[in-house]
Amino acid sequence: MNGFGGYIKNIVETVSTIFEGLAITLSHLVRRPMTIQYPDRIPKPVQETLPLRYRGILEVDLDICTGCLACERVCPISCITIGIDMNKETKQRTFGHFDIDICKCMYCGLCAEACPTGSIRHSQEFEGASYSPAGLVRHFVTRPVALYKPKKGGETDPTMVEKVKIGQEYLDEFATPEGGAGAGEG
Amino acid sequence: MQAFVDSLIQQGYFTGMPTQVVYAIAMIAAAFAVLSFFVAPLAGVTSWLERRVWARMQSRVGPNRVGPQGILQWLADGIKNLLKEDLIPAAADQLLFPLAPYIVFIGFLCTFVVIPFGSNLIVADLDIGILYLLAVTSIVVVGILMAGWSSNNKWSLLGGMRSAAQIVSYEIPAGLAVLSIIFLAGTMSTQGIIKNQGWAPWDWYLFNNPFTFIAFFLYFTAALAEGNRTPFDIPEAESELVAGYVTEYSGMRFLFFFFAEWGNLYVIGAVATILFLGGWQVPAVGDGLIEGVLQFVVFFLKAYLWVFVAMWVRATLPRVRVDQLMALCWKYMVPLSFLCVIGTAAWMVVFPHGNRWASVGMFVLGVVILLLFFGRVRYQIRHSKPELYLRPYI
Repeated sequence: MNGFGGYIKNIVETVSTIFEGLAITLSHLVRRPMTIQYPDRIPKPVQETLPLRYRGILEVDLDICTGCLACERVCPISCITIGIDMNKETKQRTFGHFDIDICKCMYCGLCAEACPTGSIRHSQEFEGASYSPAGLVRHFVTRPVALYKPKKGGETDPTMVEKVKIGQEYLDEFATPEGGAGAGEG
Repeated sequence: MQAFVDSLIQQGYFTGMPTQVVYAIAMIAAAFAVLSFFVAPLAGVTSWLERRVWARMQSRVGPNRVGPQGILQWLADGIKNLLKEDLIPAAADQLLFPLAPYIVFIGFLCTFVVIPFGSNLIVADLDIGILYLLAVTSIVVVGILMAGWSSNNKWSLLGGMRSAAQIVSYEIPAGLAVLSIIFLAGTMSTQGIIKNQGWAPWDWYLFNNPFTFIAFFLYFTAALAEGNRTPFDIPEAESELVAGYVTEYSGMRFLFFFFAEWGNLYVIGAVATILFLGGWQVPAVGDGLIEGVLQFVVFFLKAYLWVFVAMWVRATLPRVRVDQLMALCWKYMVPLSFLCVIGTAAWMVVFPHGNRWASVGMFVLGVVILLLFFGRVRYQIRHSKPELYLRPYI
């Protein structure tokens, strides 16, 4: 920028860029706002409009949980606590408790990545209002559940096949997503 | 206004009262009427509309809960501010701090004395109308500087100083742009300037010659800067100064500053309309009443268009830096406005009775620029394939 030419160029640039900028903002005036007015009723529930990888409140499918404690160990703020009881006679191991303190959870998703079967995962649920902090602790064990043992050569029990498949799909999508840590290796 | 009061006195409505007392009562009544029936609702609705327009330009919704489409939002905000505690910091200047908002407000409200609503509807048609307008808007600087100083707070002081520097600097291009119109009109009375123009766009001073065309944009930019509007809102830049000179204010005193700011938008638009856009001029139709209403509507729409443009500019441009602000004023706008003044004077020497063809040519040029602009808007809409939503409500 020097001399009279630069001076004129500055003026021309100012006018033309403002002209272009005003055109862009005016074109936004006739677009549909992105905002979803949340408490309002919309045709679909808000939960269904969220993307698959949305990090909502954690949920656990205990039927396919192997009890490996990977999630408990990887959690940076220890909001997951798992207790496993062993029956002395039958050597059968069952869950005593599996609690997630939503109050502490920071939705980092490390547990969902660490899970080998995809049993712990983020749901689309986000409405976590509660009258007390204790109400925010999710207890997943309501009845004694045996630990899941993956079978060699794939699952054969027809009631379990579907659950294993959902977990695996979630793992493929969330834990090793496109562009994630494991992408591009295979 | 004075003629109206005089006619009432002659008809014997106020027998037994000194004329001066009648005038005083009439002045107070006029101020009350203008403030409560025009300025207050206008500033309020403008604050709501600005938030809606701004939101839509940013793909948001904006306030739409209080009343139909949120149109009563301004009342809710006003009531909330009335109920808030009026805090005066212990370290603040106990006299100047409470006084500052009123000075700002007076400076803004006094402009409505010379802003016409129609050919017969004006508080006072002063002979020095435009000069008076420039003078009273400068009172705002005093109020802002008072607010900045008396708050005893470094952000407030910096905001006040910036505002003073900015307003004083931008008075010059604004004044010079106004001067070129005073040359053409040969009068400073607002009604006189409007009467010299016609209802047709090519009779407006905007299209009178190329220099007034530039002067209009110079005036509008300088007026935005004087009104502390984005992109020139460095006195209250949140990222640097918290809220500038209003940092320490709360409740109703805080509201007075923003009342003045939003009301001032209409003043900017109205002055631009008076000087450049033919004011209340309408084609000759009907009798007195219909014409009067039509004049009011035309003037209001023209003025409000520029309020909308100010909102639109606010949604478009980022805030300028202090040195950029001063460079823009002193290096670009002041020389250009001098050019406009000299150019207009030379034009008047060359064409003593104006040049009809030049006016029509400028009008055509204006239309071409507008068409080009809408072409760009259309391109932006097509280019990004957005979901169109043309309804104003949501």
